[in-house]
Amino acid sequence: MLDRETTAGRVIPEIRLEWQALATPVIAVARFARRKPLGAVGGFIVLALLVMALLAPVIAPYDPRQIIREANNRVPVYEAPGSAYLFGTDHVGRDILSRIIHGARISLYVGVGAVVIGVTGWFIVGMVSAYAGGTVDLIVQRIVDAMMAVPGLIIVLAIMAVLGSSLNNVIIAIVIGMLAPVVRTVRSQVLSVKEMEYIVAARAIGAPAARIIGRHIMPNCLAMYLILATYYVGFAIILEASLSFLGVGVPPDVPSWGGMLTAAAQGHVTRAPWAGIFPGLAIFLAVLGFNLLGDALRDVLEPRLRGVSTTARLLSRG
Amino acid sequence: MGEYAIRRALLFIPTLLVATVLVFTLFWIVPGDPALTILAGGEGDSGSVSPEQLQQLRQELGLDRPIYVQYASWLWSVLRGDLGTSLWYKTPVWDQLKDRFLVSMELAVMAILLAFCVAVPLGIISAVKQDTGFDYVSRIFSGIGIALPTFWLGILIVYALATFFQWLPPLGYATVWDDPLLNLQQLIFPALTLAFHDLAFTARVTRSSMLEVMREDYLRTARAKGLMEILVVGRHALKNALLPVVTVSGYQFARLLGGVIIVESIFVVPGMGTLLIDSIVHRDFIVIQAVVLLIAAVVLILNLMIDLCYGVLDPRIRYQ
Repeated sequence: MLDRETTAGRVIPEIRLEWQALATPVIAVARFARRKPLGAVGGFIVLALLVMALLAPVIAPYDPRQIIREANNRVPVYEAPGSAYLFGTDHVGRDILSRIIHGARISLYVGVGAVVIGVTGWFIVGMVSAYAGGTVDLIVQRIVDAMMAVPGLIIVLAIMAVLGSSLNNVIIAIVIGMLAPVVRTVRSQVLSVKEMEYIVAARAIGAPAARIIGRHIMPNCLAMYLILATYYVGFAIILEASLSFLGVGVPPDVPSWGGMLTAAAQGHVTRAPWAGIFPGLAIFLAVLGFNLLGDALRDVLEPRLRGVSTTARLLSRG
Repeated sequence: MGEYAIRRALLFIPTLLVATVLVFTLFWIVPGDPALTILAGGEGDSGSVSPEQLQQLRQELGLDRPIYVQYASWLWSVLRGDLGTSLWYKTPVWDQLKDRFLVSMELAVMAILLAFCVAVPLGIISAVKQDTGFDYVSRIFSGIGIALPTFWLGILIVYALATFFQWLPPLGYATVWDDPLLNLQQLIFPALTLAFHDLAFTARVTRSSMLEVMREDYLRTARAKGLMEILVVGRHALKNALLPVVTVSGYQFARLLGGVIIVESIFVVPGMGTLLIDSIVHRDFIVIQAVVLLIAAVVLILNLMIDLCYGVLDPRIRYQ
């Protein structure tokens, strides 16, 4: 422990202890949970999803792609939930629980991948558009307006038709589907930051545009970035599920939650309700988790962004 | 008002033009040669395609001309109402599209009306009785509605109907003019599925807009002069609170049209959605272009109309 001598000559003990440095994030999380219980529920769901995805090969009881053959060479098609298959089996005899656990990997891969590329990329476009103004802004805004007129799902579907179905093409399509809502939100936010006095001051002393954006505007937008990223993971998960449900997302053998519902929608649901209920529940909980976490983060970090959740949901549809 | 209308209309034209450019480019960003992709099908098996076939299709599609000429000629035929010939069905796209377009529109309009009839009263009561039990229940209800995937809800509704009522919507399709009862039987559950999501959203917007208005001074004046609470809320507050709800409904309609595609495939409704999915499977780009363009045009025109109505209802908007 170090003591510090102040100018007045009194000695103030250094209060920062080793264990406190470790405890600070824990305390912060606990405080967040007490202030925002719903946000904590969301955070817990997201955490559970992460653990499920990371440990999928360890915790899944069966191979998600393998059709099960029992001892007498019988294939358990549409076996009801029971001790052998906790969530039952699907229309070709695969374990639904294992497919849901592995499906978390697909959903998170698409969700996080699309957000890292899409929200980051469109964030920069929105910032530059707002800061540059003039012709650049005008062109970007007309593109955003035109894209806002087409539902996100239809944009993504049309792009999938062009690219063909594969996991990475799903990410590309969703990234393009994010363009309009992300650019619009960021732009309006930056427009208000741009008029702040310290930005005007920075410009007055001759700071170059790159420096103003990088050093002054960007740090002010970090909270918004975090909030948008959280919302759009949910947005991407539901779009991927919709695409795979419609049969144009990931290839059929990949265990995607949306793809698992396709057979259920073709009238099989009356025969095997579990095949329709459990994958849908997984999508619902995952999206709810990210939405609740996003709402709480917004309230705590940036209450001005109250409109964002609605923009994020405006184009998400599934 | 005249000047405002002109300003709005002038903003509408470039946006629509940009939309046509985007829709047009869609076809041309196909990796490699679009003609080859069409001939080889989804799998990209180019071995079975002869160079003569390829050349012929390129000429048919006009791919051998410079891109701006292609765009101009495409735009010109769209303006004359010619959306092209389907690559898969080999018939004019408009013949395929016109009946299905009406079916999808009917479904969307039904859904939005259902959503409005429930969501607006829900949002108003929620705002008037802020932080009471009713408010919490209605907020949880709308929170669930927003996270609930439409396709899952559709599947659950089909399951519930079949299991508990031993009833399924009749197959096939009858227009509302031929057989209104059958039409209603076929479309009411898809419309309910769609409406649930929008209901949640509209209720939220109504609630927050209503809460904002409730704090205004003129409402205190209305109460102070002894007006009945029902008139304060119903006549004075509601009029202003509903304006933002109407504004978002334009984009909400766009969102609804996305959902239409999903419920159509669950409830086997012969609308635009099922046609779009078919076209994607067959990589019929001409039909895909037409569907996307039609939806964009409908939404943009709707938004223009809403903006104009808004200008009439709220004079402040006109002078911005």
